[in-house]
Amino acid sequence: MTVRRSALARVTLAAALCVVAVGAGAQSRIRIGFMLPYTGTYAALGTAIENGFRLYVQEKGGKLGGRELEYFKVDDESEPSKAVDNINKLIKRDNVDVVVGTVHSGVVMAMAKVAKDTNTLLVIPNAGARAVTGPMCAPNIFRSSFSNWQPGYAMGKVAGERGAKKVATITWKYAAGDESVEGFKDGLKASGGEVVKELTLPFPNVEFQALLTEIAATKPDAVYAFFAGGGAVKFVKDYAAAGLNRTIPLYGPGFLTDGTLEAQGAAAQGMLTTLHYADGLDLPKDKAFRADYSKAYKTNPDVYAVQGYDAAQMLDAGFTAVKGDVARRKELVAAIESAHIDSPRGMFTLSKSHDPVQDIYLRKVIGNENRVEGVAVKALADPSPGCRM
Amino acid sequence: MDFAIFLVQCLNAVQYGLLLFLVASGLTLIFGILGVINLAHGSFYMIGAYLAYALAPWVAAHLGGGFFTALAIGLMLSVAFGYLLEWGFVSYLYERDHLQQVLMTYGLILVFEELRSILVGDDVHGVAPPAWLAGSVPLGHVMTYPVYRLFMSGVCVAVALGLYAIIARTRLGMAIRAGATNREMAQSLGVDIRLLYRIVFAAGVTLAVFAGMIAAPVSSVYPGMGNQVLIISFVVVVIGGIGSIRGALLASLLVGFADTFGKVFIPQTAGILVYVLMAAILLWRPEGLFRTG
Repeated sequence: MTVRRSALARVTLAAALCVVAVGAGAQSRIRIGFMLPYTGTYAALGTAIENGFRLYVQEKGGKLGGRELEYFKVDDESEPSKAVDNINKLIKRDNVDVVVGTVHSGVVMAMAKVAKDTNTLLVIPNAGARAVTGPMCAPNIFRSSFSNWQPGYAMGKVAGERGAKKVATITWKYAAGDESVEGFKDGLKASGGEVVKELTLPFPNVEFQALLTEIAATKPDAVYAFFAGGGAVKFVKDYAAAGLNRTIPLYGPGFLTDGTLEAQGAAAQGMLTTLHYADGLDLPKDKAFRADYSKAYKTNPDVYAVQGYDAAQMLDAGFTAVKGDVARRKELVAAIESAHIDSPRGMFTLSKSHDPVQDIYLRKVIGNENRVEGVAVKALADPSPGCRM
Repeated sequence: MDFAIFLVQCLNAVQYGLLLFLVASGLTLIFGILGVINLAHGSFYMIGAYLAYALAPWVAAHLGGGFFTALAIGLMLSVAFGYLLEWGFVSYLYERDHLQQVLMTYGLILVFEELRSILVGDDVHGVAPPAWLAGSVPLGHVMTYPVYRLFMSGVCVAVALGLYAIIARTRLGMAIRAGATNREMAQSLGVDIRLLYRIVFAAGVTLAVFAGMIAAPVSSVYPGMGNQVLIISFVVVVIGGIGSIRGALLASLLVGFADTFGKVFIPQTAGILVYVLMAAILLWRPEGLFRTG
């Protein structure tokens, strides 16, 4: 009996010490949890996001809202089936105040669910899944990147303005592709065109030849394509090899040509795409960011680094308003909602559903760069259907 | 769909089918004759594509040749690679059950993917076709067809004929067929089964690497490219009958047509159509179209 009692006492004591330790930790440092892909296909994106985030913190003397930070990292492997376990490691084991993540849309859907249930502050530095700020939207969920709808809408508007009345779309049959095409249709409608043919193929199939023949048979005024990575490279090359690019312009969101130009080579030259970032932006903030980033990490920043950088900026706005007291959640959220973020991509604010309201650039492929041609749509906000907050 | 478009779609189907055959033929050889389920076959395809990408600048700098010099070097490397792999790993699998084969070859996939990531990185790369094949021929007034794709189909037909000739008409082919039918009997008649198996495995690997190198200018080079090809190749092997080159050719063309016209006419089901085809054929002929050995 005495043995048991002393064991019980020890456990109690240990638990008490833990509480004290956690309490003390929360007083001194804000706990930031990165849930990003550090291995696999998206590893480079995860690293760029974290680098961007840390660069901003470094500019602020290692603090956000006047408080020091402590980082916790989990590799999400871009694996949706492990997403719930992974985010719980950060929330339950590491007791983080904020989760920053991730790249993959499927993973982010699971993360948003857990964040909503546990009321954990979540900033999404890439994944564009519309549902997260649509039906699943919540006061504690923010996005520093884009929604899949945004670049699609901008491209649709530009395509219509350039005289495309009948357009064919082609994408993988999955959520991101559907959302992007939906945006394109909305934009095209707004500028007087219509989508006459919607072609899809199962993800991640890259045998496009049959559908290219369909496009040739349909003879549309333009084609809108949503693909990424290897699929984007292959599609752009196949499209050019089929000779379609001479008569039917190929449009797409920036992901069609971002980070893949070396592989696409001549096939991509002159292509127009839309995105919230571009090469050759004439913004002092962007120039400074690019110089600092290259100096710190010996590599050029990309759109993912910008999104990581802005995730830190958004948190800084919130933390500063509550003087680092993260428990004052309502004021913290309100401060981020009303913040003006001075991003390397240009100034942006946040919509009611917590997505960036941002300029979408029209870019043209010149050499190995996506050079800015102008602003396709100013201050574009995703209408976020289904979001009730 | 007018007739001209229909013909172009048929060309697409044949061309896709022939490329599938090139990958699947190696798989069916290894599976049918050695009895080994080789999940790493897709990795060999990927290795081929990366070889085409990595060798091109090296060849240009040191040997002055182009795509075909790189191809020749790649093939020599892959024969040696297949031979060593059989000696070091696969030769231990013949007497084991399928589960252990699957474990070992799946492990090889992970190793190859990780090595690829360390050596070449995770970026997507393009490979330029040889200059004289880089053009296109017009098909109708809107579309053109890349010459390289037609060339690829020609190569695939040549490989199919060559394989058929070797297996049906040569002494080596006879030994291979004998070894596949009855290993012990062939051995007691003086066939060096161990060497024979090593040759067959190396040939299978070489076929996959060759397919990867030939396909690289069209497919581009990217992480995970082998896995997609692996699954569809297994479908081809199962439909065609395990170990049958003839079956693999017919099955490849069938899959090519099902996939192409499925995407055009019933896009909603394009993802599963090929598997429905496989299931239907297995119901009709559980051993596949042609069963050997």
